[in-house]
Amino acid sequence: MHIVVCIKQVPDAAQVKIDPKTNTLDRSSAPAILNPYDAHAVQEAVNIKRLYGGRVTVLTMGPPQAKDIIRKSLELGADAGILLSDRAFAGSDTWATSYILSQGLSELRAREPIDLILCGKQAIDGDTAQVGPGIARRLNIGQLTYIQKVESVDFVERSIIVHRRVDQGYEVIQAKLPCVVTVEKEINELQYSSLPEMMRAAQYQPLVWGVNDIHAEVNNMGLNGSPTTVRKIFSPPERTGGERLTGSIDDMANQLVNVLLEKIS
Amino acid sequence: MSIRQEVIIVGGGVAGLSAAYTLAKAGVEVMVLERGLNSGTKNVMGGVLYRQMMEEMIPDFWKEAPLERRIIEQRFWLMGKDSVTQSAYKDMSWDSPPYNNFTVFRSKFDQWFAKKCTEAGVLILNETLVTECIIKGNKVVGVRTNRPDGDVYADVVVLADGVNSLLAKNLGFHKEWTSDQVALAVMEEIKLPAKVIEERFNVGPETGATIEIYGESTQNMMGTAFIYTNKEHVSIGCGTLLSQLSKSNIKPYELLEMLKQNPLVKPFIEGGESAEYYAHLIPEGGYHSIPRLTGDGVLVIGDAAQLVNSIHREGSNLAMTSGRLAAEAILQARRLGEFDEKTLSIYPRSLKESFVYQDLAKYKDAVHIMERNPAYFNHHLPAVNSAMKEILTVDGKSKRDKQWLIVKSYFKGRSFLKVLWDLFTLGKAMK
Repeated sequence: MHIVVCIKQVPDAAQVKIDPKTNTLDRSSAPAILNPYDAHAVQEAVNIKRLYGGRVTVLTMGPPQAKDIIRKSLELGADAGILLSDRAFAGSDTWATSYILSQGLSELRAREPIDLILCGKQAIDGDTAQVGPGIARRLNIGQLTYIQKVESVDFVERSIIVHRRVDQGYEVIQAKLPCVVTVEKEINELQYSSLPEMMRAAQYQPLVWGVNDIHAEVNNMGLNGSPTTVRKIFSPPERTGGERLTGSIDDMANQLVNVLLEKIS
Repeated sequence: MSIRQEVIIVGGGVAGLSAAYTLAKAGVEVMVLERGLNSGTKNVMGGVLYRQMMEEMIPDFWKEAPLERRIIEQRFWLMGKDSVTQSAYKDMSWDSPPYNNFTVFRSKFDQWFAKKCTEAGVLILNETLVTECIIKGNKVVGVRTNRPDGDVYADVVVLADGVNSLLAKNLGFHKEWTSDQVALAVMEEIKLPAKVIEERFNVGPETGATIEIYGESTQNMMGTAFIYTNKEHVSIGCGTLLSQLSKSNIKPYELLEMLKQNPLVKPFIEGGESAEYYAHLIPEGGYHSIPRLTGDGVLVIGDAAQLVNSIHREGSNLAMTSGRLAAEAILQARRLGEFDEKTLSIYPRSLKESFVYQDLAKYKDAVHIMERNPAYFNHHLPAVNSAMKEILTVDGKSKRDKQWLIVKSYFKGRSFLKVLWDLFTLGKAMK
């Protein structure tokens, strides 16, 4: 069984600063890390592999230094990694990125069939949660988003049962394989890698594919292939105080109605 | 199957990386085990890195390493409550190669150095804590880490695990450091525009200045404070021997706060934004505190070996040199095929012939004399400022009267004989 995890290198949000002049993220101010949601996706793939057997490949698009997060994934127990890196990819938005990743996945699938694709639910730098669903749509397979538990995988019947987070609870969903699953952090606990895994990861040299390796159309990527434009980025103004109602629900409802009536009159 | 490497280095600071780099360049299989997220995330340094020792390993490193400013001026302050006697040395030749020293951020510099090591073939594992040495008979044969399947075996283990060096302590190489063998340093990075720094310190866009401050800066305790210029940050900090700090009941952050609020210091950092805050122990026991440096299959380098010259605020250069000399000793031992204490003692021997040992030997009693006799910091040092004040304040008294007043007040708190003795002993210790 072959599980592929799509991962992204992001600036550590705990340390990133916003350039007050340009309103953009000052990426140089923070160390680059494996997107935390993606780390849980890799861990989940490794957990599934340990239960059912198979292989885990990680796939990322980024500059050469993104090899670091492939190595980090190998520490977590992934078997192999591929970096999609090409000047033509630079400036891609989520639309173009999902195109590039899906081309990479198609190329990978041609070499070794893929049974399951995992992603983090979103990246902590853009917070869009669009690339996972974008990949599913482009590959024309199902998508299961905001997954907090994988209950079981049946590689013979080719189906998966998952718990999908919704407001105030979760849905239990069964879906056909292959499909894209995007995961929440609660799905698992990251394991402490063993020393042999650390050593293998530190020495690992991932494959690097450029635009020709994945038979991609240059017009669909980079700034030209990206319909998104960023008009403005700003920190939302902090909320100022407000009034807090206390008491039983009926009390609070009465208080609220009174306050509203006062405001109207 | 157990993991084996030729050499294991515990700690990825500049001592460990220097040893690793030298060994890897000579074709030895080396593994560095670093407990932090990356090299440079666990150490604290005021920020002055000397060129010479790094250049001996990586020629022209300054062309590509992440450096802040080349230092062209070193100032020294004897500080009172609202007065200061200053001296300074500025050298424009330090602005061109070969430079003398640079300010650096260790988090950036060490990561760059680690990358150079990786390129040279060193295997660096971060976020991996070594919990103990594995011992067979009397010989150190490997290390145990906190990771699953975490034992690694090697011909030699190099302990570069920093000031506390629990590993060397567990081997019985030294006891728990006493409070007069370590200083506690606290420092802060204050963000300011480059232009402002250049104006305030009278330097150019690439150059910088350092100020070492004695006296009131540490509330007249044995220690120093410093202000260093980085590109867009000013590092300000102070360090005092732990023994004196604990007696004083002043908290370390209070000491730094008093320094920052001092009217002589405040203008340098005014309007800046606090970017980072650090605190760390610095090994300042000097020569007498150097622990046993070798055993069968094991060597100790850097802070772990107390190799810091506190009088000249040098540490990272001693660390680098000890790392390189340890590596060279291992290379010789490797040729001989023996890694016992006798063969590895090439390392302490070459260290003794180097400036590292000789500088520490030169000042071997200086710190202890000043530690034991508070008069140096609370009598002699303030006396300089009161003398300057007396002689330079024009108030109608004759100069001869003023001289007499200075002498009188100098000997008021301390007898003539005691003063003579103080000056003699310190002079002897520093000569």
